[in-house]
Amino acid sequence: MSLRDHLKYYWNVKLVGSAYLRWQRWQAERKPRIPRNWRTDIIAPPLKISARTKELISRHYLEGRYANGHKPVAWVTSGGPVEILQALGFYVLYPENHGALCGARRYALELSEEAENYGFSQDICSYARTDIGAMLSGKTPVGRLPKPDLLLACTNICQTVLFWYRVLAKHFNVPIILIDTPFVYKNAPEHAIEYVKKQLEASIPVAERVAKKKLSFKKLKEVVRLSREASELWLEIMYRGKTKPAPISVFDQFIHMAPIVEMRGKPETVDFYAAMLKEVDERIKKGIGAVKNERKRLLWDNLPIWYKLRFLAEYLGEHGISVVASTYTMAWGELAPLIDPERPIESMAKTYIYPILNRGTGYKLQKMRDMVDEFDLDGAILHSDRSCKPYSIGQVDQRNRLISEYGIPALLLEADHNDPRAFADEQVKARLDSFIEMLE
Amino acid sequence: MIKAIGIDVGSTTAKIVGVNESGEFVWSYIEPADPRVEDQVERFLEKVREMAGSIEGIPIVATGYGRNLVHQATKKVTEITCHARGVFKQLGHGGTLVDIGGQDSKVIVIGPHGEVVDFTMNDKCAAGTGRFLENTAGRLRVKLEEMGNVALSAPEEVKISSTCTVFAESEIISMIAHGVRVEPILKGLHRSLVKRIVAMIRSVGLVPPLMLSGGVVKNPAIRKMIEEETGEKVILPDHPQFMGAYGAALIGLKLGKG
Repeated sequence: MSLRDHLKYYWNVKLVGSAYLRWQRWQAERKPRIPRNWRTDIIAPPLKISARTKELISRHYLEGRYANGHKPVAWVTSGGPVEILQALGFYVLYPENHGALCGARRYALELSEEAENYGFSQDICSYARTDIGAMLSGKTPVGRLPKPDLLLACTNICQTVLFWYRVLAKHFNVPIILIDTPFVYKNAPEHAIEYVKKQLEASIPVAERVAKKKLSFKKLKEVVRLSREASELWLEIMYRGKTKPAPISVFDQFIHMAPIVEMRGKPETVDFYAAMLKEVDERIKKGIGAVKNERKRLLWDNLPIWYKLRFLAEYLGEHGISVVASTYTMAWGELAPLIDPERPIESMAKTYIYPILNRGTGYKLQKMRDMVDEFDLDGAILHSDRSCKPYSIGQVDQRNRLISEYGIPALLLEADHNDPRAFADEQVKARLDSFIEMLE
Repeated sequence: MIKAIGIDVGSTTAKIVGVNESGEFVWSYIEPADPRVEDQVERFLEKVREMAGSIEGIPIVATGYGRNLVHQATKKVTEITCHARGVFKQLGHGGTLVDIGGQDSKVIVIGPHGEVVDFTMNDKCAAGTGRFLENTAGRLRVKLEEMGNVALSAPEEVKISSTCTVFAESEIISMIAHGVRVEPILKGLHRSLVKRIVAMIRSVGLVPPLMLSGGVVKNPAIRKMIEEETGEKVILPDHPQFMGAYGAALIGLKLGKG
């Protein structure tokens, strides 16, 4: 870590960059601009908080651009126990979030092809391909990604991360921390939680060695507290979808979920979601719905189709259909009660073993059913995501049982979260049209 | 006297049906699909005018892939809803309807009141559709309308392992090269298509009785093999290929009555 790198970081990030992004945000807040062709006749204009989301995300990647040489950098899986790294002052990059950003900006295919040209199969997760493509080519829409000094992969979201992060470890020649979270069928047995806890404890000296400093438990408790606060606020925001009309749709949630995934444990994330909750409550007070003429309310299962968010929001919105809740966005809030700042490591072990993706298919079915009741929904769309096998497995049965056992109309929609080649416009429309008629 | 018109612009054929006051099937016409959809629809309507005089005030409902190009339509409805409506009216009961079309296949579970309870469509591959047979009919020099009978005439069948139309074709080419006769190949081909369809039926869950519609129904081998594979007797409506257009006309009739 050199003086030159520190100066570069302070000048570009702290002084010029942050000031510029703040100014950009003020401008956007002063004169909110609705994106071109936005169907305001069907759906509500973007949330005002969008200006702040953009500032947060831009600053995050700007910081990443100048992080090497200034602070240690870690690349982490989306369900990774990040609090220890945050407390040690790491800059944390989430390749999956970067992948989603590339997907939403329709840049993922180009990166994916970079990986495929190198020999990675099209059958591998499109996040992994996007990330590996970015790694191999150095291309990214955010300027430049920092090189990792440490990798953290947690198997609570899938097993692909095991192999994906090994590729990264080999390429960057850096250590990898692997947190193995045993699959939970009903309740996690004590020994499984203990096993995760021991791995977390064992990861501390590795992270300390890379960070070249000792972990302060006081700091860790503070990070865990902030993590919990942000998750609680996010959960509150999700639950506001129970209101009719729903103030925000899952498509809004998808856009504004980046901070809860990649900036957990930071005070600005707590402030951000407090402000978002306030705006959502204002919408409720004014009776503003995400869809102007909300007639039907749906559940979304699985990851978003990042390159088709607007299309889906408008296509469904046109028929008065609001997709108000999703198992996916809920995943970053529902575990909030398990986080205990006073017992950081123990509670982290518990929190990180229980994500929906690490639990049985029966649990997800029950969860969907509960959400249909809680949010008073008329049906469900299950995105069968070609890339995400752990999320998609069991969906055929889950869909059939939603229909046959609970009388909930449900549609299986085949696509991919990041690879637009797996999305056929006409076929998707044909299925959506028929499903919409069925809901009538 | 025609009281409502349904037009089904499919991928392989375009169909038009007229119904009377009580929703009975009174007139129909079919042509291979014309890429100039608007011209074809205009021609169809001209035929109605020739026969029935004016079509002023008669509701027109369009369905099928080309429905959005039927500008004269009072309403546009999907094939799923139309097929369910048509078949229910003709047969008078719910159950599981399999519609094998040129471009896609659908399995529709129809409730006791004619409502769509559930449906599924073939995935992005053409292997479960009429196009699968059409594609290979040419390669084997067998007329499409004779395929079914030729297949049934074979005492044995070969296994076509590929479920992809393009790969199936290459598989067939290599079988021909190995001297396998056309009949067993055709029988295997039908089996492969039917297995795809039956998998779709199973994925939504078969609610008997089992009903069939769509152009491919004219092929006797498909019907027989679906019965063999599911163990269920297959029921056919009177005009299986016109069920989409018929259902559309019925929806039109309801619109006309307000």
